Amino acid sequence: MELHELGLRDLQNKLNQKEVSVQEIVKSIFKRIHEVDDKVKSFITLDEENALKKAAHLQDSRKGQIAGLPFALKDVFCTRGLRTTCASRMLEDFVPIYDATAVSRLNSEQGILVGKLNMDEFAMGSSTELSVFFPTRNPWDLERVPGGSSGGCAAAVAAGEVPIALGSDTGGSIRQPAAFCGVVGFKPSYGRVSRWGVVACTSSMDQAGVIARKVEDCALIMNIIAGHDPLDATSVNIEVPDYTSFLNPDIRGLKIAYPGEYFQQAGVDKQVKDLVFKALKKYEELGAIIEEVSLPHTRYALPAYCIISPAEASTNLACYDGVRFGLRDYEADNVLDMYCNSRSAGFGDEVKRRIMLGTYVLSSGNYEKYYLKAMQVRRLIKNDFDKIFKEYDLIITPTTPTTAFKLGAEIDNPLTLYGNDIFTVPVNLAGLPAISIPCGFSDGLPVGMQIIGPTFAEGRVLNAAYAFEQNTEYHKNKPALGGEPI
Amino acid sequence: MALTIKEVEDIAFAARLNLTEEEKKDFVQQLSLILDYTNCLNELDTDNIEPLIYILPVYNVFRDDVICPSSPRDGIMSGGPLLEDGQYKVPKII
Repeated sequence: MELHELGLRDLQNKLNQKEVSVQEIVKSIFKRIHEVDDKVKSFITLDEENALKKAAHLQDSRKGQIAGLPFALKDVFCTRGLRTTCASRMLEDFVPIYDATAVSRLNSEQGILVGKLNMDEFAMGSSTELSVFFPTRNPWDLERVPGGSSGGCAAAVAAGEVPIALGSDTGGSIRQPAAFCGVVGFKPSYGRVSRWGVVACTSSMDQAGVIARKVEDCALIMNIIAGHDPLDATSVNIEVPDYTSFLNPDIRGLKIAYPGEYFQQAGVDKQVKDLVFKALKKYEELGAIIEEVSLPHTRYALPAYCIISPAEASTNLACYDGVRFGLRDYEADNVLDMYCNSRSAGFGDEVKRRIMLGTYVLSSGNYEKYYLKAMQVRRLIKNDFDKIFKEYDLIITPTTPTTAFKLGAEIDNPLTLYGNDIFTVPVNLAGLPAISIPCGFSDGLPVGMQIIGPTFAEGRVLNAAYAFEQNTEYHKNKPALGGEPI
Repeated sequence: MALTIKEVEDIAFAARLNLTEEEKKDFVQQLSLILDYTNCLNELDTDNIEPLIYILPVYNVFRDDVICPSSPRDGIMSGGPLLEDGQYKVPKII
């Protein structure tokens, strides 16, 4: 196997046994990127010079938990001295003066940052077509989208351009692209990982997480990035377990529920459904107890999300006014025009759409009718989950209703595009941890299964994901980077 | 329900966005569609449901007011598009 195909743990073992050097690893990663990124288009910015410098320096001083191992970041994480664009014209030239907490933790453990990955502008989208720079392609079929908004992360990891990447997930932005690209996407509980330095989209739902090719690499990274951060008031101060201790294939006696609503919903592809049922059978063989349950408010989750997310995003994006950072209209002769012109030139269509919608539902007279109502429904959705988790350990669903769609297929209809997140959004509304792992292929395209756990039971989610992975071969398939890019 | 052009213009002003005539028409259609999609929430009786404003059972805590270093002023301001004498420069307000 080529170096670029290996996971973090495997690379670590090779380093420990002195079979390879840090420099060889980092060079092999950049070689791979230069070979395939013209097709995949995962990266917005590469940091090759710094990465190679770091690699040379680290060769004889490896101490950290991921010393000498490469990682990449969705371009929503602030990186000191390295531009952080959010794939927006607004932040095209923005160079932060600090690292996001999750990033500084990876740096402290001597990880090597390779570059910044493409995404939908300001993390709003499900296809990575809404990047202001270029769309990213799905390595399994270059005519298809990789999903989004962390599409650059999932595509890069699937294409062997980097073993792991940090992404962010507000309504499915880690899990949906992971499912579309046949990799592992882990969204921890709300509050588990610091969001300091992660550009905000929807503050009551955003959470940082990991995209990797192997479940064990998610655990390894979680050990570093999880935990309280005084700089993030929403990060919780509770004990962080050693997540690698959950990497155990034994799941006998685990009680797994599958909600009927997720399988009966209109628009769910039959092959996707069948593959998730097949996976549930596998769990049964491994000794788990599988039962159908009901989450009766499921169909209200996406409509509630369509109110809450734009409302909070419109507030968060009010800071882009052309004064302190970002794009500025220098021609305006009064401050109001400067605000309006800068914002209109800096934001793309979907971002404007969500700002408009959010502004409307928060406006006087509409606040109770829309925003408050949605927050009440959010309580009902969380209550559904709480009730199931009194009796069951985990919930399993498809991650997405379909496999990856073709570029351009859904870009004209916002509601169709939002529909991709129908199974992932309820998890964010309830703040729960969830993972998407590969569970088969439909017409050559990967299908993802979502495993949802109770709040802060990340370990249990990883345990079940690891058990499935160790007993199946789906994760071993590699994309051929075939198909003609559009 | 359909929004009017006037409503879309009012929202755009509140959001500090300029819209072209075509964008206004698009937004009338798209925002109406999305708002219609959320109408189903009214099927649910939520009169006695406490809104879920914050997902975690956390509450405000106070810390001691300790002086500690913060980011350098020059660094913070370096992202500003237009600076003069250590201050952000904007068009005349009054």
